[in-house]
Amino acid sequence: MKSFTYKITDPVGIHARPAGLLAKAAKASGSKVTIEANGKSADASKLIALMGLGIKCGQEIVVSIDGGDEANAVDVLEKFFKDNL
Amino acid sequence: MAKFKGKAIVKGVAIGKIFFYSKDKGQVRREKPADLEAEKARYEAAKETALEQLGEIYEKALKEVGEENAAIFEVHQMLLADDDFNDSVINIIETENVNAEYAVARTGDNLSDMFAAMEDEYFKARAADMKDISERVLNVLMGGGNDNAPKEPVILIAEDLAPSETVQMDKANLLSFVTRLGSSNSHTAILARNMDIPALIGVDIEKEWAGKQGIVDGNKGILIIDPDEATLAEYEEKLEKQKEEKALLAALKGQEDVTLDGKHIKLYANIGGVGDVADVLKNDAKGIGLFRSEFLYLESDDFPTEEQQFEAYRKVAQMMAGKKVIIRTLDIGADKQVEYFNLGKEDNPALGYRAIRICLQQPDIFKTQLRALLRASAYGNIAIMYPMIISENEVMQIKEISRAVKAELKSEGIPFDENIEEGIMIETPAAAIISDKLAKLVDFFSIGTNDLTQYTLAVDRQNAKLESIADTHHEAVLRLIELVCKNAHAAGIWAGICGELGSDLELTERFMKMGVDELSVSSSRVLPVRKKIRESSTK
Repeated sequence: MKSFTYKITDPVGIHARPAGLLAKAAKASGSKVTIEANGKSADASKLIALMGLGIKCGQEIVVSIDGGDEANAVDVLEKFFKDNL
Repeated sequence: MAKFKGKAIVKGVAIGKIFFYSKDKGQVRREKPADLEAEKARYEAAKETALEQLGEIYEKALKEVGEENAAIFEVHQMLLADDDFNDSVINIIETENVNAEYAVARTGDNLSDMFAAMEDEYFKARAADMKDISERVLNVLMGGGNDNAPKEPVILIAEDLAPSETVQMDKANLLSFVTRLGSSNSHTAILARNMDIPALIGVDIEKEWAGKQGIVDGNKGILIIDPDEATLAEYEEKLEKQKEEKALLAALKGQEDVTLDGKHIKLYANIGGVGDVADVLKNDAKGIGLFRSEFLYLESDDFPTEEQQFEAYRKVAQMMAGKKVIIRTLDIGADKQVEYFNLGKEDNPALGYRAIRICLQQPDIFKTQLRALLRASAYGNIAIMYPMIISENEVMQIKEISRAVKAELKSEGIPFDENIEEGIMIETPAAAIISDKLAKLVDFFSIGTNDLTQYTLAVDRQNAKLESIADTHHEAVLRLIELVCKNAHAAGIWAGICGELGSDLELTERFMKMGVDELSVSSSRVLPVRKKIRESSTK
């Protein structure tokens, strides 16, 4: 399992649209992607659960990647966060 | 006639018949299906249909309200295609042995409650989206096309409106939205803003209003039911004015300020604070011709600091994004009194200790403002304008102080626009008459017609008894304006008007013929003046 942390810079936080894109990206990665924040965690491929974390701007999250091509998934997702959130 | 208060989300006036929109779709019943697999398949099919509908609505919204506001329907598609929603529905069907309708309704309620309980306003508002998508699937399952959209232009009244409901309505039939629920962040609010129709929320709506005549006043945040004749007439007039303004806005926005014979005029707006910039942009002024810096002094209990002033000037310069922002240095005194200046009582304040006279006698106040202005000039296209000039000597003194402040900033390594334009206001007959000499010392003239008229005619503009002789079109004033323009051009600088007279449409053509290069008017007058400029000739 690999993981990285990321600090959200989007002013609205993980809102619906990027959450939808993130869910897509997580599914496409072929790995199990988990987001942890506020002491809760959610499967990143599930949009509603992801939004349910209520992650706001400035919050630090932990993204863990399990199974599949982990190294590649880390690169792809890290770039995704930087570009979108 | 009855009046009801609400919170206005979009300003404006609408008059029309009340249409009560309700979502009565019949109750969802809990039933025990004969075949669970078939029930799941029914749900899957309904979901696919709902997704298709959302795709179509997205396309429609894209054309009507633009990508940013259409995105919500793309999100709805994502939410509906999401595992969580599906898993929940399937799970309820299987474990509780119930029909698809019940499972979808429960799922929608559960998820909506989950978001409603969240702290953040944005996430809280997503509760409506959950309801919206589950209602869409329910609608398909229950075979109901929702055909209670208005067939004629109406004021639409509802408990709440889902974004998909508003976008599906024929926009030509919507004069206004009034709801009990909703927030200024809701999609309905965004759509109303986008369509620019008045909208109120938080109104205690009643079904009985259906079919009655109503007036929505989005400026005051009120809904009037069954208006009496006088009220109706009053609002019809307001509506007419609003229509004219909108038509003008649509036709003249983006057009150039150029006369029939091809002279380009700088058409700018006057502002009194940072909050006025939105109106300047909305009315498409090409710059700010008079930024009255007094508000910084009037709103304060003590002299505003360099930092406070810098922030205000910088903000405006940045918001105007490279367009000209002419800031007038403080014009306190006469009718604008500020306690901490301790100006003392004068018998004749209009002719007294005011504006540049204060600045030159109390250079510390002046220097603080100049430092702030110059520092802000690094962030946009700022020009400085000095008021109440009567002599060359004053201009020389100003230039000396300005030079000293610039040298100071340079030695501190603080950036500023070294080619900043510095001009003066021509608002005394003295300045107008010696404008040939003054023109050689400055970069531009801006004629303050209010004071110029009062000083030329010796008529106090605040004395109501003198109104009949306070002739703003007095030949003496107009001749002075012409003289100022002529002298400005002879010295190779431009001359403009920033007083009330600048927006007097009866004079626009005459100003063009006099050679006026710039007109700075209140934001709401920009487009009417643009129209007149485009119909005028300089010859």
